[in-house]
Amino acid sequence: MGGSNRARRWVVGVPTLWLVLLFLIPFLVVLKISFSVARLSIPPYAPLLVLRHGWPMLKVHLSSYAYLLTNPLYLRSYLYSLQVAAICTVLCLLIGYPMAYAIAHAGAWRNVLLMLIVLPFWTSFLLRVYAWIGLLQNNGLINHVLISLGLISHPLVMLQTDFSLYVGIVYSYLPFMILPLYSNLEKHDPALLEAASDLGARPFAAFLRITLPQSLPGIAAGSLLVFIPAVGEYVIPTLLGRTDQIMIGRVLSNEFFENRNWPLASAVAVVVLLMLVVPIVLLQRVERRELEAE
Amino acid sequence: MKTLRSIVMIALASLLAACSGAGKSAGEAKVVNVYNWSDYIDPRVITDFQKKYGIHVNYDVFDKNEVLETKLLTGNSGYDVVVPSGPFLELEIRAGALRPLDKSLLPNTKYLDPGIERSLAQYDPGNRYAVDYMWITSGLGYNAQMIKARMPDAPVDSWKMLYDPAIVSKFKSCGVTILDEPTEVIGTVLLYLGKNPNSQSPADLAAAQKVLMAIRPYVRYVNSSRYINDLANGEICLALGWSGDVKMAELRARQAGKTYRIVYSIPKEGAVENFDTLAIPADAPHPDNAHLFINYLLDPHVAARNSNHVRYANGDSASLPFVAPAVKNDPGIYPPPAVLSHLVPERAKSMQFMRELTAAWTAFKTGT
Repeated sequence: MGGSNRARRWVVGVPTLWLVLLFLIPFLVVLKISFSVARLSIPPYAPLLVLRHGWPMLKVHLSSYAYLLTNPLYLRSYLYSLQVAAICTVLCLLIGYPMAYAIAHAGAWRNVLLMLIVLPFWTSFLLRVYAWIGLLQNNGLINHVLISLGLISHPLVMLQTDFSLYVGIVYSYLPFMILPLYSNLEKHDPALLEAASDLGARPFAAFLRITLPQSLPGIAAGSLLVFIPAVGEYVIPTLLGRTDQIMIGRVLSNEFFENRNWPLASAVAVVVLLMLVVPIVLLQRVERRELEAE
Repeated sequence: MKTLRSIVMIALASLLAACSGAGKSAGEAKVVNVYNWSDYIDPRVITDFQKKYGIHVNYDVFDKNEVLETKLLTGNSGYDVVVPSGPFLELEIRAGALRPLDKSLLPNTKYLDPGIERSLAQYDPGNRYAVDYMWITSGLGYNAQMIKARMPDAPVDSWKMLYDPAIVSKFKSCGVTILDEPTEVIGTVLLYLGKNPNSQSPADLAAAQKVLMAIRPYVRYVNSSRYINDLANGEICLALGWSGDVKMAELRARQAGKTYRIVYSIPKEGAVENFDTLAIPADAPHPDNAHLFINYLLDPHVAARNSNHVRYANGDSASLPFVAPAVKNDPGIYPPPAVLSHLVPERAKSMQFMRELTAAWTAFKTGT
């Protein structure tokens, strides 16, 4: 009994330590900076703890949060980020579900197909996003082909639009949708579908009433794995996205680098995190339920 | 117990050794860590320096002043030589991020152009913290054929090209881009309006913002590096860009066998000039080697080699005889005196003004 208890403590303790070291402590540092004010010094913000007449005093500023709330730029960027992330999640699901389903039913080809899903990770993420510039730009491959086929006479402007942004995000995050879906779908018992068919259900009805409900945890896990990082995505919108509407990741980097305003940048980050708390908690519950089911 | 004590002793001894190693009197390791702009040196200069002094150069690059500044203001950057531009130099000195230069270790400062030294003193009073590496202007880079096809009498020597909606709208179809440098770009708009480009008055900022908003529909993107390739490829036809970058686009277009010409022009209303300076961070681990490296870059022959390679003007007047005629006689690189008198150095702005400026800039970029 004592041995298994200790083992359990290990199993819980290591991830907790991981979470504290790599999430909680950095978050507290960011939270601390968000309550400071910017100034010209090393580091470029005022200390929270100051000595006055030999007594330590806490100087908390809420000005960064006040600025966030009063300037409509931030609200617009938050909403736009949520919208982009939501649209891309739905697109990933629509494309990824049939793919995951096909792989789960591919028999001997399964491992090869899975390999193909993972293969792009062997090339740098940045390089792959960059490659899309070459495909989508006015002088790019796609416009060349379309023009030489005579389908269009003027190049289509695809780069720096919502279209190119969605293409980039969906392309980059698709594996994160497919892999959890696949691991869910391949566990389904084929006997259930056979039983449904024996009882007279057509394949589509059987899918709707058996496969789909069973795969809900996979859908939830995949969607959250796409949605959460997509909200804060920085690289893809910078390279492929519109310049007239910026996602919150770029707002954050502008505040940090351009305005040299670390407190405001930290406040932006804290608010992003607060927005994502609900989906993150959901993700954890889905994962825990999956673990318990096994 | 005994082993524990010896471990503690060894640890203390190594700590002491580390501390004395940090003190520079013990002599520096044969290393210098340089952080410069991308594509901003003749690579052979680095290898020659290593050969001559037996000091290894760790060479790292950035493409935005803000990135360098963030590293300096975070502290412990580990760099020995950095290359901030004028207004950033001014702020970094005030933040205490730089170390005063020891001029006795820099005999080659005698070759520096006194006029440029005077300009630099606006950022660095008494020229205590930095020396000039290169100096640059921002102006109009354009594709001569594409512009001519759309407007045969285009005023290519004026900011009207960019800031007059009636004119810039003609170039929307072939692509117009602007640098993502708020202070510099707004400075050029103020020049177009006949105002002081370094003005910090809210009324001037509002006037400049009005001009920018009016041309926003015709601007394809706002970015500080992508336009080089796009100009070279004919992807865009008009860019607010930096002199040397436009020259690089011209070179790349020629190497790719393009038939059109890429031209750089400094508008007659004046332009914003900027200085990229060599400086040493306050906490540089190898300050002696840093001085040696800076002094080497100020050697007239070395400065000329760098200018010939990167196509920017250096701050070393003694280097001129060694600068290639194609570079020296290019009015976009070494402007004639009449144009020189129209150049205004960009100055650092107050934090309060920067916040207003960034808000205006974001509104411009997002088009609202």
